[in-house]
Amino acid sequence: MILVVAEQREGVMNRVSWEAVVAAQEMAAQGFGPIKVVVIGSTVAGVADEVAAAEVAEVLVLDHPALEPYTSDGFVRALTQVVDAESPDVVVFPYTYQTRDCAATLATRHQRTLVTDCIGIKSGPNGVLFVRPMFQGKFVADIAVRGPVPHFVSFQTAAYRADAVARGVATAPTRRVEIELDVADIRQRPEAPFKEAKQAVDLTQAERIVAVGRGIKGQEYLPVVQQLAKALGAEVAASRPICDTGWLPMDRQVGSSGQTVAPKLYLAIGISGAIQHLVGMKGARTIVAVNKDPDAPIFEVADYGIVGDLFEVVPALTAALGD
Amino acid sequence: MKIAVCVKQVVTRDWPLRVDETGQWVRDRDASFEMNEPDAYALEEALRLKEQHGGEVVVCSAGPPRVSQVLREALARGADRAIHVESDVLATADTLTVGKALADALRVEAPDLVLTGLQSDDQGFGQTGVVVAELLKIAHSTIIMEVQISGEGHIRVKRELEGGWFQWVVMPTPSLLTIQSGINQLRYATLKGIMAAKKKEVRKVEPEVTTGESSQVVVDLYVPEKDKKTRFIEGSSTEAARELVRALREDVRVF
Repeated sequence: MILVVAEQREGVMNRVSWEAVVAAQEMAAQGFGPIKVVVIGSTVAGVADEVAAAEVAEVLVLDHPALEPYTSDGFVRALTQVVDAESPDVVVFPYTYQTRDCAATLATRHQRTLVTDCIGIKSGPNGVLFVRPMFQGKFVADIAVRGPVPHFVSFQTAAYRADAVARGVATAPTRRVEIELDVADIRQRPEAPFKEAKQAVDLTQAERIVAVGRGIKGQEYLPVVQQLAKALGAEVAASRPICDTGWLPMDRQVGSSGQTVAPKLYLAIGISGAIQHLVGMKGARTIVAVNKDPDAPIFEVADYGIVGDLFEVVPALTAALGD
Repeated sequence: MKIAVCVKQVVTRDWPLRVDETGQWVRDRDASFEMNEPDAYALEEALRLKEQHGGEVVVCSAGPPRVSQVLREALARGADRAIHVESDVLATADTLTVGKALADALRVEAPDLVLTGLQSDDQGFGQTGVVVAELLKIAHSTIIMEVQISGEGHIRVKRELEGGWFQWVVMPTPSLLTIQSGINQLRYATLKGIMAAKKKEVRKVEPEVTTGESSQVVVDLYVPEKDKKTRFIEGSSTEAARELVRALREDVRVF
């Protein structure tokens, strides 16, 4: 049996949780057995009804006032009771910041490891394999899980399409699960979420983006890409490390912890293409990559590639646009 | 305040990696290594907290003898002493095995705070810190962008959430935090620091490692298949640039 942990916010199931359901449906087709979805939070009955329309065996409602707001201690205590009562073969998590905060704790409590950031499932002669990127996306690994169940896996954003979810012929039964949870046992005391000062740059609206990565080597060389952006009428963006070092402000960041963009043209300059960056830009219509490493993972998503020194190629591009 | 920092040694970012003859790991025998960058941010945060509030920074790494390089580097940047959990198996072991080895070494130290990077640049499972917290039975919080020592026995930390949202969380010490890259600006070792590091203690610990029980194993490591058919444009920089601009204008018409 597959147990999917579905997250909701303010009564709406999040898209990545639907992606996890789709992944579970593929696993079910490969012999992992029926799917149960546990919807976790406070006053989540509406979300449970929404999930019950999908082709799943059962929807479990894990509803407790102490689960709102989210805390790792609260979620782990609650989910441990569900996992122990339901005895799944595999527990599936969507790729969210909550998963990254609590899923490994749950796995450790069961003396298991968590296979994170999976992008696919394969069936091999020795059972199901989970496919995930390694070494910053330079390689992909097929991972076999072994030993006693349950196993724990999480799926990377956009590895499966939320709108590909199979609908059930009938509404799945919904069952409320009772748990014991004492607020006094929760060690984290979260305050209300907030946003930093308003973002100055909305990259999501840009038609053309020139994005720069580690290959630029130093803040003093940024004008090289800024001139190209100007010639193209494009916004300048960056991969996370460029913002971490303060070379460009955080609101220029594209990727899983920055903005998700889908421009007509995305030029990736000196960006190797770690999965955290790719998920933020692979929806662009035309992707161009300039990188000195022909094996850089960015070329996996690029329509056009130039293998070369960006300090030669980028000024040449700027010049060619002026011709 | 005693702060422990877990750092991992990984293959240098620009090293031309190839899959090894087993097809399950990379050929790293002759590679150069460096401190996992996310862990460098955790170390820097520990050093800054010590500078503000006093105390001690103990750096801990699990792996084969070569790992002593990143411990020396951490000592040169300002850590007070180091623990090397030494075992060849730990270079490629799963996170629970590594987490147990680290937790066993840290338990006797009883630190007030344990810091780790968010994830490693090699395996990238992003969970070693969380696993260590559970094994030490201490509270944890992840993806931290600011740490405030708010009073005796408590800290207040700023978590990064999705979509530009943040959240402050108050939690008791001892606790473990996984630090988000970019929380601070990294310092580099000075010559004075490098000299001072030579006199600092590196304690070796032999972990009890049982590898046969790993619940996950890499059966195949390979270069990813491409989603798209990339057209590589060859020639000199000028020629390639001209052809690319032509293709963007005339073939895909993006401007």
